[in-house]
Amino acid sequence: MSDAPAQMTYRQALAQALREEMERDESVFLMGEDIGHFDGAFKVTKGMLAEFGPTRVVDTPITEAGFTGLGIGAAMAGLRPVVEIMTVNFALVAMDQIVSNASKIHYMFGGQVPVPMVIRMPGGAGHQLSAQHSHSLEAMFTHVPGLKVVVPATPEDAKGLLKTAIRDDDPVIFLESEGLYGKKGPVGGDDHLIPFGQAVVRRPGRDCTVIAHSRMVWVALAAAETLAGQGVEVEVIDPRTFRPLDLNTLADSVRRTSRAVVVDEGWPECGIAAGVAAHLYEACFDWLDAPIGRVNSADVPMPYAKNLEQAAIPQPDDVVAAVLATMAREVPR
Amino acid sequence: MSTSPPAGPTPEEMRDMLRAMTLIRRFEERASEEYMAGRIGGFLHLAIGEEAAIVGTVSALRPDDPLTSTYREHGQALARGTDPRAIMAELLGRATGICGGRGGSMHLMDRERSFYGGYGIVGGSVPLALGLAWASHYRGDDRVSVTMFGEGAANQGVVSECFNMAGLWDLPIVFLILNNQYGMGTPVERAAAVEDFYPRATAYDIESWKVDGMDVLAVRAAISEAARLAREERRPACVELLAYRYKGHSMSDPDTVRDAAEKERWKARDPLVTFERVLLGEGIMDASAIAQMQAEVDQVVDDATEFAKGSPEVPVDQLADQVYAQPWNDDPRGSALVNP
Ligand SMILES: Cc1ncc(C[n+]2csc(CCOP(=O)(O)OP(=O)(O)O)c2C)c(N)n1
Repeated sequence: MSDAPAQMTYRQALAQALREEMERDESVFLMGEDIGHFDGAFKVTKGMLAEFGPTRVVDTPITEAGFTGLGIGAAMAGLRPVVEIMTVNFALVAMDQIVSNASKIHYMFGGQVPVPMVIRMPGGAGHQLSAQHSHSLEAMFTHVPGLKVVVPATPEDAKGLLKTAIRDDDPVIFLESEGLYGKKGPVGGDDHLIPFGQAVVRRPGRDCTVIAHSRMVWVALAAAETLAGQGVEVEVIDPRTFRPLDLNTLADSVRRTSRAVVVDEGWPECGIAAGVAAHLYEACFDWLDAPIGRVNSADVPMPYAKNLEQAAIPQPDDVVAAVLATMAREVPR
Repeated sequence: MSTSPPAGPTPEEMRDMLRAMTLIRRFEERASEEYMAGRIGGFLHLAIGEEAAIVGTVSALRPDDPLTSTYREHGQALARGTDPRAIMAELLGRATGICGGRGGSMHLMDRERSFYGGYGIVGGSVPLALGLAWASHYRGDDRVSVTMFGEGAANQGVVSECFNMAGLWDLPIVFLILNNQYGMGTPVERAAAVEDFYPRATAYDIESWKVDGMDVLAVRAAISEAARLAREERRPACVELLAYRYKGHSMSDPDTVRDAAEKERWKARDPLVTFERVLLGEGIMDASAIAQMQAEVDQVVDDATEFAKGSPEVPVDQLADQVYAQPWNDDPRGSALVNP
């Protein structure tokens, strides 16, 4: 037997995490639209209905507010629901349950009941799904105290973070990326849990820190490759969770490179990039040689036409340009 | 513990019910005074007039049946047996409050007594009750989840979503529509296409009916039957209780919209007075026993109020305690950062 970690897709890694945790803990159950008989809109839960039965893999009506709230109530009763919302776009109809109930119940009632649940949902643009099906809503969820917000970029993180999420006693918003389900990579074993609040350096470098999460990690790494060809070495850091946020790892890097660019597929106003940049200004102002760059989706509803959509989503070239802009602004010493 | 309490209460239970109704009335009258004196902030919604609906319901349940309510929920907590001191202290925002001063009047919870809370978003608590019922279904226990909400809340889409899932999966839940005929200042006839609410549940294959919510014995009988259906036949049920609130929507509502004659008509059916008459008529209590019970209740309310007033404020360095069950830092102001 080889000790080399298994290679699998992000989709398979998620499925493995669900299976392992369901086998380990009977209080874990899955609920969502078309996750059973249909194997899930993105096939993450393929075969699980047959394995675990209809009480633990529950096909719901199209009723996101209702079944998200049901999950919260079940969590209050001590179960560990993993609710799948087909895509993050449909979480908007469940937002009252997430914001008014899930995030508040532990605090508002003085800590009497925790809400140990996971809400999994994929988001992101890139498949010409146009305005209503292309959201990246990390910022909305991260805005809310009481939630935890997880944004895996690799199969290893998808598995390790989902296992941690299921065992966590708080409501966890687990944001997958539609563009990453087929991405392959190594994953850890049964006992490989990745703690929340630990950023990871995806590529070391000395000239500029690029902070990116989820699919944007891969966009940032492509940009880093291009920049390396021009003699610019960027350090790519993936926060992996926004609540909690490992500012220390980000700030340590920025203090070394003196420059930073934050890449985020969401919109620019009050977005993730804006929020991370604000933390970095507070933590690293004296070390910065240039204003922090932000790369976001264009400030428009996502258009359908392929060329417009591609123009709206952050591309490696946008990251390259943002990094070079921070370099050009270098204050001479 | 496997069956619901019988529909007909014993004399002792009837005495307890009258006491509970009296406690709710007197407690809320005192809370209103404390609000006027500026010691209670925020919203204060009184259920005066709705005591029969509350006590009739709670007395028909097992103490471990999960119960959820709206922001008008002091009565549910009192009827479940929560210490009045801890409730009044919560209303005054003190450290000794049942929720440590985090919730206030609208957000009482007593987990130990399976009272799963009061919620402020109209209709938003109903799916939580469905989840509590789901948990019983999932574990195969025989608890029945009961959720009380207003006729105004019944117009929220999520309530229909819950009717559907309860009917679809046969969940052990009782939906209790407390129809006090007004959502703030809007009477039913200006808010609902059909004035009866119970048929909405019928549409989802849920047994449903309407009862006089001013009559505590009628309420108790109806909820007993609803809970029996849910507990023994594993079917959801819905009961619409027709009632009336005697005060404005909350303390900040001067209650000028509702017709004075209408109010008088409903006050003539005061659930406490009506039930006292029943107890007197059946010889279960005499006038002096009732007076003595009322005096005892007043003492309980006095004691709760004194306790609350004498209780310490919540230390500000505990501001961010309990945001998370598994926190990552101890920053008293709360923070998304791991090590601020
Ligand atoms: C979603 C939402 N919309 C509006 C309000 C403001 N509001 C609070 S109570 C209320 C009336 C609710 O009436 P009903 O459900 O009949 O309950 P009642 O207050 O009569 O007990 C309204 C409109 C709210 N809290 N939540």
